[in-house]
Order: sequence, then structure tokens, then C-alpha cells
Amino acid sequence: MKLPIYMDNHSTTPMDPRVLEAMLPYFTEKFGNAASRNHSFGWEAEQAVDDARRQIATLIHADPKEIIFTSGATESDNLALKGVVEMYREKGDHMITSVTEHRAVLDTVKRLEKQGIKVTYLPVDKEGFVNPEDLNKAITDKTILISIMMANNEIGTINPVVEIGKIAKSRGVLFHCDATQGVGKIPVDVEAMGIDLMSFSAHKIYGPKGVGALYVRRKNPRVRLAPMIDGGGHERGMRSGTLPVPLIMGFGKACEICMQVMPDESKRLTQLRERLKEGILKNLDEVYLNGHSTKRLPNNMNLSFAYVEGESVLMGLKEIAVSSGSACTSATLEPSYVIRALGVGSDLAHSSIRFGLGRFNTEEEVDYVVKRVTETIQKLRAMSPLYEMAKEGVDLKTVQWASH
Amino acid sequence: MAYSNKVIEHYNNPRNMGSFPKDEKEVGTGVVGAPECGDVMKLQIKVEAGRIVDAKFKTFGCGSAIASSSLATEWMKGKTLDEAEKIKNTEIVQELSLPPVKIHCSVLAEDAIKAAITDYRKKTGSNGSV
Repeated sequence: MKLPIYMDNHSTTPMDPRVLEAMLPYFTEKFGNAASRNHSFGWEAEQAVDDARRQIATLIHADPKEIIFTSGATESDNLALKGVVEMYREKGDHMITSVTEHRAVLDTVKRLEKQGIKVTYLPVDKEGFVNPEDLNKAITDKTILISIMMANNEIGTINPVVEIGKIAKSRGVLFHCDATQGVGKIPVDVEAMGIDLMSFSAHKIYGPKGVGALYVRRKNPRVRLAPMIDGGGHERGMRSGTLPVPLIMGFGKACEICMQVMPDESKRLTQLRERLKEGILKNLDEVYLNGHSTKRLPNNMNLSFAYVEGESVLMGLKEIAVSSGSACTSATLEPSYVIRALGVGSDLAHSSIRFGLGRFNTEEEVDYVVKRVTETIQKLRAMSPLYEMAKEGVDLKTVQWASH
Repeated sequence: MAYSNKVIEHYNNPRNMGSFPKDEKEVGTGVVGAPECGDVMKLQIKVEAGRIVDAKFKTFGCGSAIASSSLATEWMKGKTLDEAEKIKNTEIVQELSLPPVKIHCSVLAEDAIKAAITDYRKKTGSNGSV
């Protein structure tokens, strides 16, 4: 076993060597511009992009023509939201999203709000689910867009996307789904799920950084978008700019591999996840699971360790890459808004650790992480005045804290 | 976040970690911070003839908070109450090379020092000065 151990696969994933292999020829020998229509260099690149587009579309049960390449899921979210709002503004000025969306959606929505769009932020329940009934009630005749994520990047909760899609369809509202964490990990079918626009990215599925896609439905209904980037009219005019052919080749290969290995991989990751959880829960008391026990991404485990602060845990696990919802690890000094939205106290939000398993993690690594987490939490609890007070029988909720 | 070597050193080898019995006459206890804010520090001093002969801490917080309180106990030991009261958060910032986002950890440590001294004085009904 090699150290350090990488267990932060929601953040990014290492590239699969097979993906790199697929990309390499397109940097040097096959360097053509896919938009060059008048020579063989261009045709070769165009053919390659077509193949990759088909691999990507297959993974999500879409038509290849419905795939718009972008620089990543953040750009896809921006394009979907801003593009729809600009195009359909005359139809209405209201959209619906949820409080646990990724920043790429929430910050885009905030900008739209400043431009006069009215936004309903749906709450989530204590396991992180959006309630479809809440969504149904929030739709008005002015609603032009619903943006609800497929699976949460912090707690792994998988939303009832099929039900959300049905409601959107029956009420005639476009449904954008940020599926950055879902695609490649769980089966995605834009038809069965009733999704009209969907953002996803290559580097979360063992592909290269710098490329992503926006699925844009062409039939029932045909979704139109105002472009954010003007230029040569690439990607059906929705996103101009020369296509990064090597990155797209990598993206395609990454999708093809996911398609092949998903059933086995998801079973294996679920087993590793449960091994990790059971190992930690066996060794430590007062550890709380954030999210749902089974309706979560196979590779996600998010735990709050009462009485210790997340950043100090990460510091103790210096040879293990995981992440924390602690304020101290964020630029804003606020603890994770996702964990807070579940209704747990902010003390437990400060104590949350996210484990993101991936294709290259092993059982041996999981066992090592269990051991090191146990040691670190025990050490920090011995150092924690809160743990001491709790063990003395003090109810921490009744203490008058001197806030600062 | 990159930590300074001194912060890492204090985190790995915390000085004077632990607790004194709160009820003992010569012990002063200061608890500052709040769990919702992500840090709580408990500093305790043991005083003999106006001088701090021993100090202990327990901290819930990030590495910088742990290091700040660990350093505070080191600095307090051997000082009179009046001397210890003069320890400034800026000195802690400097010693541990804390970045701007971690300055609140040093402020908390200074508050904890003052709170422990105040508690001791209140308990003994003296100003503790010699």
C-alpha cells in the first residue's frame, strides 16, 4: 500500500490510464481542428469528436446531437441557467432550485436574482432529499426552470429525479439537473428521468480536467438556449470555441469505461463504503451519518464526529486525502451549508468529514483509514473540553457559551 | 491550508494538555468560544503566591486553535498573574506565523488567559498580585 491515500474522489478523480492512452494521439499526430471542413486533418478530428460524442450520449441514453461540450460542469450549469432564463424570459420570471445545490448553481441563481428573476429555494429533509410535493406546490404559471441536482457532492444523497422530472413535464417547466456526481456512478437515463438539460464533467469520472458537457434536449420539448460565448457557432451555436479534441477523446473513453464497469464498480464501492462505515462505528461512539444510509452514491460516506473539529481531524490524517465541512477549511469561515440544511447543529457541521471512494481504492486502504481515523478522533477527543464536559454529564446545549 | 512548522509541532506534541480539578482553591479556569463557532478553549492555571506554577488546556477547534492554546500554557507558566495578563494575541500570531484567517484563534487564546486569571481572582477574592 502506497501513501498518501487519495479518498477525495468527489473533488476530482485520477485519470484512468486507458483514458490517457485514448487522448495521446490527438495532441501531436492527429491535431486537426474539428471545425476544419476542407482537409483530412479536420475530418479526422471531426470523426474522433463524433465517436466520443456517441460514447458520452450512450452513457446517459441521449442522442449524440444533444451533447454540447463545455469546459466543465460549472460552465454547463452557467450556460443552462443563464441560457434558459435569457431565452424564455418573456414566458416567465420564476425559477426553482434547492438549498443544497452546488455553488455553481447557487451563485449563478443569485446573479439571476439580481437581474430580477424570482427564485424559490426548496428545503431538504434531514437526509438531504428534495420533496417532490414541495416542488409541485412551488410551480406557478411564471415558472420557466427547475434546477435540482441528481446526487449531492457532500452527502451523496440521490434525489428522486424521476418524480421531479414527471412533475416538471406535467407542469410544462424545463428541468435542469446538475448530475456531476451522478453520471458514471449511477445509471442515468435522461428519457426515463424526464431531464431537459443536464450538466456533467469528465474529471469526476476518471477523465481529464477542463472538459464537460451540457445535455440539451432536442425533442419533446426542443430546448433553446441563448449562448454565453459567441464566436464561430460551434455546438449548434450554443457554445462557440474550438473543441479541445484530446480532452473530448478522454471524456468519451472515460464514459465508455464507466458504461462497462458500472455494475461491478458500484457493487465494489458500496462494499468498501460499508466496510469503512462499520469499521469506524465499531471503534468510536457518537459518530453520526450525514445523508441517507442506502439512497446515496455508492462511493460517498459523510460522518460527523461529535466533540472534534473537522479541520483538526484532517490535520491528524495528513497522509490521507479526505475533506471536511468545517468552516476552517472554507474561505467563508462558515460551516458547510449542505450539512446545516439537514437541520443538524452547526457544531456537528464543523465536525463533518467526507470520504469519497474511487475506482483505485482498495480494501487495505479502507482498513488503514479506519485505523487512522480512530486514532485521530480518540486523540482529539482526549483534547476536547466538549468531550470532557459531555462525559461529566453536562448537557452542552444548556451551557451559556461566550460567543465571539 | 498550509500550516507553519510551529503549528504542526504543537498539534503533534501538545504542551500541558489536560485538566485540573476545577474546585481546587489554587486553580483558575477560563472557558471561551462556542461549539457553533467551531472553537472552544479551556485554559486552567494553578497559582502559588501570585505566580502561575502550572497550566493546562483542552481545545475543540482547528490546528491553529490547538497550537495557540498549547503555546499559551507554555508562556503562562512561571509568570505572575500580572505578567501573564499582558500576553497579547499578536505575539501568538507572530510566534506561530498564523495567517489572517486564523487570527481569531490567537484572540481566543488571549481571552482564555484573561478568563482563567479573572476566575482565579474571583475565587480567591484577591487581585493575586504580589
